[in-house]
Amino acid sequence: MSGKTLTRMDLSEAVFREVGLSRNESAQLVESMLDHMSDALVDGQQVKISSFGTFSVRSKSARIGRNPKTGEEVPIQPRRVLTFRPSHLMKDRVAAGNKA
Amino acid sequence: MIRSELIQKIADENPHLYQRDVERIVNTVFDEVTGAMSRGDRVELRGFGAFSVKKRDARIGRNPRTGETVSVEEKHVPFFKTGKLLRDRLNGK
Repeated sequence: MSGKTLTRMDLSEAVFREVGLSRNESAQLVESMLDHMSDALVDGQQVKISSFGTFSVRSKSARIGRNPKTGEEVPIQPRRVLTFRPSHLMKDRVAAGNKA
Repeated sequence: MIRSELIQKIADENPHLYQRDVERIVNTVFDEVTGAMSRGDRVELRGFGAFSVKKRDARIGRNPRTGETVSVEEKHVPFFKTGKLLRDRLNGK
């Protein structure tokens, strides 16, 4: 495992190499993809990208939590959380690529 | 929303680009993320979330139907953690 961290910059660099748009426009397109995906999720929609994975929003009901340090009980408000379910293709590629 | 709808939205905003180029752009971004994880790298997209790889240790599993024990090898699985900004937006903050 090389353990590098890629950022938006690496993704827009890949777009720049692949399509030959300016670096600036490539960066804007990456940003716009993330914005559209975020907006759909905030709107409560699922975002389903075939052969990549599915992002879904789940509602969690209120519960009593506990501060692990003090043992004190604290109410946790109902909230929405995002889950990502990788596609089989992604799971297979990640498993194969990281095999010891 | 599915991949083709995402492509359409971006194509609508960028009338100067060919639809097939928008497809290539969107596919490139997703392929790049999967590729990074298959090399064991992380992809951190501030505000949206981070993709990383988690190691699952080898374990003794059991076939739920037959009760037979089977050894499951160590493996690596993709993992996504939602970014703070998106988590807050999901909860109307």
